[in-house]
Amino acid sequence: MSNNLLTVAYIAASALFILSLGGLADQETARKGNLFGIAGMVIAFTATAWVGVSNYGVLLGAIFPAVVIGAFLASRVAMTSMPELVAILHSFVGAAAVLVGIGNYLQTGQPLLGAEETIHKLEIFIGVFIGAITFTGSIIAFGKLRTLISSKPLMLPARHLLNLSLLIASVVLGVWFMGLESPAGLTPLLAMTAIAALLGIHLVMAIGGADMPVVISMLNSYSGWAAAAAGFMLSNDLLIITGALVGSSGAILSYIMCKAMNRSFFSVILGGFGANAGASAGGGTAIVGEAKPTTVEETVELLTDASSVIIVPGYGMAVAQAQHTVYEITQLLREKGVNVRFGIHPVAGRMPGHMNVLLAEANVPYDEVFELEDINNEFSQADVAYVIGANDVTNPSAKTDPKSPIFGMPILDVEKAKTVLFVKRGMGSGYAGVENELFFRDNTMMLFGDAKKMTDGIREGAVNSHQVSPRFLSSS
Amino acid sequence: MLPLLIGAALVGIGIGAPPSFLSHLTVFVLACFVGWQVIWNVKPALHTPLMSVTNAISGIIIVGGMLQISGELTSATTILGAIAIFIGTINIAGGFLVTQRMLKMFQR
Repeated sequence: MSNNLLTVAYIAASALFILSLGGLADQETARKGNLFGIAGMVIAFTATAWVGVSNYGVLLGAIFPAVVIGAFLASRVAMTSMPELVAILHSFVGAAAVLVGIGNYLQTGQPLLGAEETIHKLEIFIGVFIGAITFTGSIIAFGKLRTLISSKPLMLPARHLLNLSLLIASVVLGVWFMGLESPAGLTPLLAMTAIAALLGIHLVMAIGGADMPVVISMLNSYSGWAAAAAGFMLSNDLLIITGALVGSSGAILSYIMCKAMNRSFFSVILGGFGANAGASAGGGTAIVGEAKPTTVEETVELLTDASSVIIVPGYGMAVAQAQHTVYEITQLLREKGVNVRFGIHPVAGRMPGHMNVLLAEANVPYDEVFELEDINNEFSQADVAYVIGANDVTNPSAKTDPKSPIFGMPILDVEKAKTVLFVKRGMGSGYAGVENELFFRDNTMMLFGDAKKMTDGIREGAVNSHQVSPRFLSSS
Repeated sequence: MLPLLIGAALVGIGIGAPPSFLSHLTVFVLACFVGWQVIWNVKPALHTPLMSVTNAISGIIIVGGMLQISGELTSATTILGAIAIFIGTINIAGGFLVTQRMLKMFQR
């Protein structure tokens, strides 16, 4: 009887989780979606606690401090640090999958027979394997995002061979594990856990900082598959469904991120990209010419005289914490009747959708923020494309130069605007190490300096030149 | 090529695997398809909240730990289960709350 109740509770929770993800299809329904997710979790938890737990002391002892820690983390994390928080949370799912797997192996219940026993052992082994990779891989990703570890890819001499031998060792341990009775198989199980942990470390160490959006999405996917594997070993459909949802979500995000960088998933996994970042790449065509530096005053004039401005923010803007000032500038410009919009490249931040959150935090209304495919046709009608803290995502060589490392990557067509304004620290190239020919065009103005200082200067200038212009009356 | 491989794998599973596994496999495959359909509808602007909410719901792995803590207090299974609940709950609480915090920022 009670088992049936548990099953219907899990059906309700599964449906609520699906509705929760469905709610994220639009900003209007997103918050309701999150509440659906919470409701599903509460139902699943309560039903399991009621039916399956007799030791409430242990349960509450584990839950209470965790809720406090989770709430603390969630309320304190800066939006620029979201990728780190997500990475560390992925590692928790991985660790939990390892613990549940090993615990399940040691649990003495009714013995399974024949094929059922074989498949159960296999499920445990695979679940622990994915969990361990997710755990250590996410910790390394966290370290790289926090710059506790260098974001440059670690290039060991025989790294592909190393990965392969770690994989083979895991398979050998798996064969050994399958032949043993519980709990004698603990030795190969733990040995495999250590090897998988090593594999997770090495895989992510070999991936450069520029590929972080893919790595985070990939680990998101792994954490889902780890949960699904745990569901198989526990014969728990709710875990299987949730794991499959999360796993495919991460897989789709990885695919979108790879597309946005024009990189194949395998080349990201095998690592090495961004090793020579900062150095001029040999592949691209050499560019001759001179960039035109400009001043804050000229910039203010340019912006206030424009009738349409598209701002292209990159992660450099967020690093300089200039997003709030940028928004104040857009408001001042709007009061003067300038049409201001934001154009976002999918890899503008450190994780999928990161830039949208950073702009939302700076109070930019979400209906003024446009994705690449929605804004690209608008650049030709814009007076100014105002690029701040971005570079590679505007580089026309992605379209024109087949030798360029970023060839084929979708870019924001800022070159079509009447004037392109770059706010940049210096002439340095971006993550990909490619020179940007736009810097040398006649219609490009370069404002050199710290993004925060420069935007502060522009805001000041815009405030001072603030007067009711004729255009203000006809503005929409 | 790929359809053939998938077909061969399915036949292999059909011959060797017990029925209980097959029913779970059915659920798994269907859930992957549901996930695929639902996630493509998510706006790119909401991909960060999507990640934090999937993070939160994958904390559902705590039910695995919950089914393991009712044995002896000092047994390895109980201890491992309790730790799994602890870290999984950080995920749930942290994931849902940070998602709520982010979604509140998205204003028109």
